Amino acid sequence: MRELHTLTGGLHLDTHKEMSRNIDSMQAPLPARVILPLKQHIGTACAAAVGIGDRVLKGQIIATAAGDVSVPVHASTSGTVTDIGDYHIPHPFGIRETCIVIEPDGLDEVYATEAIQDYESLGPRELQDVIRNCGIAGLGGAGFPAHVKLREGVENAVDTLIINGVECEPYITCDDRLIREKAVYVISGARMIRHAVQAKHCVIAIEDDMPEAYDALAEQLTASDDIELVRVPTCYPAGGEKQLIQVLTGKEVPSGGFSIHIGIIVHNVATAAAVYRAVTRGEPMISRYVTVTGEVKTPRNLQVLLGTPVRDCLMLCGYEDDENTRIIVGGPMMGTHVRDYNIPVTKTTNCIIVTRNPPRMTQQPCIRCGRCAQACPVELLPQQLYQFAKADRFDEAREHHLFDCIECGCCSYVCPSHIPLVQYYRYTKFEIALEERRQQDAARHELRYRLHQQRNAAQRRSKTAKRRQEPDATTAGTADMADMRAVVRAAVERTLKKKRGPDT
Amino acid sequence: MSRTINSSPHRHDGSSVANIMREVCLLLIPGILVYAWLISPGVIIQCLLAVLFAVITEAVMLSLRGLPVKMFLSDYSAVLTALLFALTLSPFTPWWINLCGIVFAISLVKHAFGGLGNNLFNPAMAGFVFVLILFPAGMNHWPALSAHGGEHAGLGTCLKIIFTGVDLIRLDAVTAATPLDFTQTRISGMYMISEFSDMPVFGSLAGAGWEWVALAFLISGGWLAFRKIIYWQVPVALISTMFIISLVFYWFDPDVYASPLFHIFTVSTLLGAFFIATEPVSSATTPLGRLIFAAGIGLLTWVIRTWGAYPDGMAFAVLIMNCSVPLLDHYTRPRVLGETLAD
Amino acid sequence: MTLLVIFLLCLALLATVLLGTGAAGERADLLEQINQLLPQTQCGECGYPGCRPYAGAIASGKDDINRCPPGGDTTLQNLARLTGQPVKPLAPDLTPAAEQVAIIDETICIGCVKCIQACPVDAIIGAPKMMHTVIETECTGCRLCLAPCPVDCIDMVKAPVNLRDWHWAKPVIHYGD
Repeated sequence: MRELHTLTGGLHLDTHKEMSRNIDSMQAPLPARVILPLKQHIGTACAAAVGIGDRVLKGQIIATAAGDVSVPVHASTSGTVTDIGDYHIPHPFGIRETCIVIEPDGLDEVYATEAIQDYESLGPRELQDVIRNCGIAGLGGAGFPAHVKLREGVENAVDTLIINGVECEPYITCDDRLIREKAVYVISGARMIRHAVQAKHCVIAIEDDMPEAYDALAEQLTASDDIELVRVPTCYPAGGEKQLIQVLTGKEVPSGGFSIHIGIIVHNVATAAAVYRAVTRGEPMISRYVTVTGEVKTPRNLQVLLGTPVRDCLMLCGYEDDENTRIIVGGPMMGTHVRDYNIPVTKTTNCIIVTRNPPRMTQQPCIRCGRCAQACPVELLPQQLYQFAKADRFDEAREHHLFDCIECGCCSYVCPSHIPLVQYYRYTKFEIALEERRQQDAARHELRYRLHQQRNAAQRRSKTAKRRQEPDATTAGTADMADMRAVVRAAVERTLKKKRGPDT
Repeated sequence: MSRTINSSPHRHDGSSVANIMREVCLLLIPGILVYAWLISPGVIIQCLLAVLFAVITEAVMLSLRGLPVKMFLSDYSAVLTALLFALTLSPFTPWWINLCGIVFAISLVKHAFGGLGNNLFNPAMAGFVFVLILFPAGMNHWPALSAHGGEHAGLGTCLKIIFTGVDLIRLDAVTAATPLDFTQTRISGMYMISEFSDMPVFGSLAGAGWEWVALAFLISGGWLAFRKIIYWQVPVALISTMFIISLVFYWFDPDVYASPLFHIFTVSTLLGAFFIATEPVSSATTPLGRLIFAAGIGLLTWVIRTWGAYPDGMAFAVLIMNCSVPLLDHYTRPRVLGETLAD
Repeated sequence: MTLLVIFLLCLALLATVLLGTGAAGERADLLEQINQLLPQTQCGECGYPGCRPYAGAIASGKDDINRCPPGGDTTLQNLARLTGQPVKPLAPDLTPAAEQVAIIDETICIGCVKCIQACPVDAIIGAPKMMHTVIETECTGCRLCLAPCPVDCIDMVKAPVNLRDWHWAKPVIHYGD
């Protein structure tokens, strides 16, 4: 039995999971329109590989990975590409990003894929390529491409592989349902990932308020397996990567570093299940479990094709539009409050919550009570960071480890002065990053300017040299120039006429 | 669908500054009632006066600063300051001294530094020290307890003393030294503690009557700690520091140094440990910093009581430790998760 | 006595020389530091032909630190910190810069390459008689390409808000009733 360690800080929240955890998941019907953003992961956006009007098949790559930290996007059903343009994505500000829109033809015709019979015969690298080509990016919510973590695992010795089934945010039950319904996928996927990173130990961690999921997993484990099944006490944010590692191993991920630096790799249970499907059936990542809960008639989990509008999911669960409710994509602690429900379900959409508008709370002065510091799982001093953020003292904020903040929201949750601390930290982090980017931009601009000047000087030098050497050519050159000028003049006149045309 | 956008988290535990302050105020009431019953009803008049003055001063300051009066008044911080200040005064203190202390505390110590959350010093303690230095004569009359032979001043007498002022000769009849006063004068008069410890002014733990008031604050304070409104580490650190230092000296010479129990069951120690040293704004915010802050108060209070010119030192100790807060906060920053492993 | 005077004079001379070279070195160094703080838009709004000449003017004390509109408050504050001067508002003859990028109306562009030559950071690509286009990420918004264009096909537009640029604003405290 593994000895568990306690989480620093953290909160015991009302989980509200009973609303949706005991109802079987439902397959959502084919939507009228599928919107697939080119960027559903952390890293570089994909490049569209199809054109408007193309017919695509279910599972076909429609956007290819650009660069290393990127995974391709697949068509989630067969149909015609009707548009490639900017559409709303799940974002608080209602930002638009490039998306591929597919109008399904209802046939759900599958793109031919190759299944791998015996994954153990594949080398770790080939397995990683399979996983990458199937577009698997962290389904836990952050969207980190799975293959990058796997590659790190091959390059560095991996002691422990942790399969994270600790769904610590309230309301969300999609991993719970997935484990209960697809335990064999999770276990097999875990074995495959373990093979891909050659991990010495493998731990599947779930929360202690998921007994059915535990039983389902335990049933699938055979005596020959040395996969450890661990129940973690329910506490927010025990499911955060660094926090889970702390609870399970007592080790701390170095500040500013990654878990691989201490020989640990963490993957979500849904990622494991997706890996299983990708390897054994060649199925790319085109659907996922989504919890729809809160102020809807029938809160439940849905198996949704990626690109399905959030609105469709809500309507399936009996949502009624109401001025007094709001929609949150993700969990209540870290999710995104969206202003529009015509946004697609993406690889990272784990939960859609309809919730009552909270009473308006006015921000009051900080009384330095220190509750935030007690709740902080990273042992930051949120009250000090707040003072620095408020006064734009960015250097000090950074020095007080602002960038170790995981934005879990514990500090804001307990603040009696109702200070939106997380928003202050997000603002400050961005400002610091922006300043760094500005400096980089300036350095690049300067370099380009210097090159520009050097080129101009060189051109001038060669021109005068030419003039001196070939006096005849000069006259010819002037003639040429005169010609050129006449051409330009004519072009200018034509264009100006064209430009004025519609006006007159 | 609502379109006012908020950053995550989208939940809150429902706590508020007003609730915290109100709860602390309410938990002072049992102690005040015991005080009124056993020592003098004058304390209730002092509390009411202080609250009245504080609310008016706060309202004036808020409107001068252009802040919403109603919202900030309803955070109860001024009321709490007023109650703590009133509890440090003698029940016979003239009303104008009360007024001076409150106006100083609220306007200069609190609002001149930026209002709630920005004061460097504990306003109640600063207000008390202010009037103590300015009007020592008006503050030195503590009620005599009928239990040990004094004339107990009723509500009427208290009102008369507070509002009209009574000449000192008449006042002498109803006043007596507090146990701390008594101890200090006797020791400096070269008496040994064993010679006067059986005087009626002393009870079984500390001062007769006073020890019950102290116990009432201990119980309320325990409840505050249990409700996690204050950090239990703060009173524990304060009391244990005081206990250890007084025990060492008591063991060394019990005739010159008062017993640990006497020090701890003094009203000011327990009130200070649970209600004053735990005031968040002017105390340290790091876990270790808070411990040092509290221990410092315990130590300094004992030092001032034992060797200082004033019989009690809680207020001075709090103010001195307030000065050290920025330094404490700076040097006691906790190690961030994964920090030392970064190099 | 004489020896002492000579010795002191030599010392003074040495000190002057050392201080002088030191100051010159410092000035060159300062110029470099100031230049690094400037946004390198090369827009010339300050009245100097580029960022470096303006940095030189600040370093030698010939001009004020408040003549860089694209730099905004950040640059102004950084310059003030570096030079030890107080922060002051932007010079009154200058207008604060909006964050913009140039965009070429490709239906009108005649391919005259004039804007390409004018662009100080080579953010416009194209060839004679071919359509030109602006590399959005390299454009500094200096507006130097606007004037040379014979057909007025270049517009300054607000840089589009995307995932890279959007961020949470600093919370505003307002005590409403």
